[in-house]
Amino acid sequence: MNNVYLDNAATTIVIPEVITEMNKIMDTYYANPSSLHRLGLKAENRLKKARKTICGILKVNPKELIFTGSGTVANNIAIQGAVNHLKKFGNRIITSSTEHKSVLKIFEYLKTQGFEVIYVPVNNKGIVDLDKIKEVINKNTILVSIMAVNNETGSVNPINKIAKIINEYDHIYFHVDGVQALGKIPINLQVNKIDLFTISAHKIHGPKGIAALYIKNSVIIDKILQGSNQEQGYYPGTENMPGIIGFSEAVNHLPTSKQINKIYELKNYLAEKIKKEISDVIINTPLNKRSSPHILNVSFADINGEILIHSLESANIYISTGSACSSKKNKISHVIKALKLPTDYQQGSVRFSFSQHNTKKEIEYTFKHLKDKVKNLRKIIGGKK
Amino acid sequence: MSKLYLIRYGEIALKGENRSLFEDILLSNIKKSLDNKDKNLIIYKTPGRIFLETSTDQSIVIERLLKIAGIVSFSPVQKLSLNYNEMKKETLKIVRNNLKERENTSFRISARRSNKKYKYDSMELQYKLGEYVIENVDQNKIEVDLHQPELNINVEIRKHNSYIYSKVYQGIGGLPVGVTGNVGLMLSGGIDSPVAGYMGIKRGAKIIPVYFHSFPFTGDKTKQKVIELANILAKYQNNIDLYVVNFTDILQEINEKCPNKLMTIIMRRLMLKITELIVEKKNGKAIITGESIGQVASQTLDAIKVTNTVPKLPILRPLLGLNKVQIINMAKKIGTYDISIQPYEDCCTVFVPDSPETHPNMEQVEKGEATLDVDDLIKKAVNTVELINIEAY
Repeated sequence: MNNVYLDNAATTIVIPEVITEMNKIMDTYYANPSSLHRLGLKAENRLKKARKTICGILKVNPKELIFTGSGTVANNIAIQGAVNHLKKFGNRIITSSTEHKSVLKIFEYLKTQGFEVIYVPVNNKGIVDLDKIKEVINKNTILVSIMAVNNETGSVNPINKIAKIINEYDHIYFHVDGVQALGKIPINLQVNKIDLFTISAHKIHGPKGIAALYIKNSVIIDKILQGSNQEQGYYPGTENMPGIIGFSEAVNHLPTSKQINKIYELKNYLAEKIKKEISDVIINTPLNKRSSPHILNVSFADINGEILIHSLESANIYISTGSACSSKKNKISHVIKALKLPTDYQQGSVRFSFSQHNTKKEIEYTFKHLKDKVKNLRKIIGGKK
Repeated sequence: MSKLYLIRYGEIALKGENRSLFEDILLSNIKKSLDNKDKNLIIYKTPGRIFLETSTDQSIVIERLLKIAGIVSFSPVQKLSLNYNEMKKETLKIVRNNLKERENTSFRISARRSNKKYKYDSMELQYKLGEYVIENVDQNKIEVDLHQPELNINVEIRKHNSYIYSKVYQGIGGLPVGVTGNVGLMLSGGIDSPVAGYMGIKRGAKIIPVYFHSFPFTGDKTKQKVIELANILAKYQNNIDLYVVNFTDILQEINEKCPNKLMTIIMRRLMLKITELIVEKKNGKAIITGESIGQVASQTLDAIKVTNTVPKLPILRPLLGLNKVQIINMAKKIGTYDISIQPYEDCCTVFVPDSPETHPNMEQVEKGEATLDVDDLIKKAVNTVELINIEAY
């Protein structure tokens, strides 16, 4: 079997259409979009077209989207920019305990700057507690940041309901990290009171090094970077033309609803097989539309997730423990901890993440090996007992 | 333009008849560490000193000389003729350069005259040069201090030339790599073993590291980490041959057949035997480990006793007298610490027994491994060993 890549929540394969388009850009649209001459204008127009494509999918105005260098950068621009602008109205900022590190680290930093930080807990399916949000939100609150889809469990948060709660207050901005949501679950930025929304290209078969932040028309945030006027001054610096064009081309190939159903089917197939044929497992991802189609998180009792990854690697199957960023730390991720699993299961959490390019055959192959490896590893670790 | 360096060595000067051989090895080590940068470097010895002339960037020369065992100290040197006027101008220049970096300085001139035919003796030369400096620099900015000067300007008068230098870099000392012979090193991804390897290198040993890889229990990133550690050690001995043993089958076999509490002990016994077989083929004369008495369960005296007798080669434990903090400080100094603490799964942490035997005895261990076909396992491991040549630069 060729490589079976089931680590699509970490990053995705860049599809040939994107590569072709990016090559073309580097070859012909090499001028600086800010330059006054004909070639500069040509590049500027191509950039506009790409921005329009992405805004079309999000159903927002092109003036409401700025490109950045990564999801992490977009989250920084949004959160730091928002609290700097709103600090005259209050001091409380709210997020969830299972956000991506790129959000949690900003909140940790803002705490040292005197902000009152509230972490809302999640239930055992990784979904934020709506009642708790109602409870902690008050007139002193200026920002709420909640991710749309959790990157480790795939749990979908009730963003619309949270938006409704926030809508009753005058001076609260709502930031949503939508990096795992784009192309996976329906997003409606027009109807919802979402003020700031982060998306990234490399999770949707686009290139790395390019992401974007939606800033609602009526929303003003401070600029945390200084430089020229590119991206309305929020992310100054010469535009990453190949990246932006690659991003827009990837958006053109987002999965269709038929493909989304196929991804759900692959996930459910694997989950059902695991539940039926492997003992002592906990499926951490909620198995209905309360989770994104592309993520399945499973804990195996008495298994070390890292060893399971390497075992599957020897069969050319590539998965992750938690997120690619946190798996470097030799400890249980904050998301898995928040699920409050029994001790035997905590070390053994792994994440399978799918894309429309995976096939049923690959998943059957994966399950066959998974069952085998888990059995072997349990036998080995069982020797200790 | 090529620059001159004066290199001092200490211990090797004491080694009687071997002295010339030791010096030649040190010369060759210095040359090897730099010749990928400068094929035309010149290196030669005079009694008690080595001189290096190279066009390589000074910062690179300094960085590399600081890693060569056997060098006690070295100085970038200005080579001049025996003309006194040249010497006094250079001396004044050094003082003035020094005063660009600070308000004022204390100084002394230290002269040595191995060329006894030179017109001034050491005392006269020191006095004259010192006087010249005082006369030509603002009095408020300098002061003579013969005992603890901030700036010590050395002037050496040799047969054809004079040499002036002020900056002295302390080297790592010890013996040049190669003079004591080849030595195996049990290298893991941890903090201790690379430091132990460095200690061996410093005593003139050429290290042959052996790493035990246990995929899938350890990922390839752990192996990469060990390669990076070996690369740092390579900078201290020019290049390294790293041997990677595929240990997975042995590990599983031990796990299946042996008492769990003896897991680590039996594992170490097999590792030592395999290391010995690899190292002996390379004419190795000992095995270095990173053990420090009592640090972990497998390093109690009882545990050391039942592992120590496995190889016929002596096991050297250069860290046995050090505390963890001292080992960590050394690891930071030699540059291995940041690599060692990268947290990838280590097979030892996976298979470490819940309650390891801390006081094993030989009878118990021999009984514990009786069901293993030790010879066959070892043979297979040695036959499939992977050799990785690691260049220093």
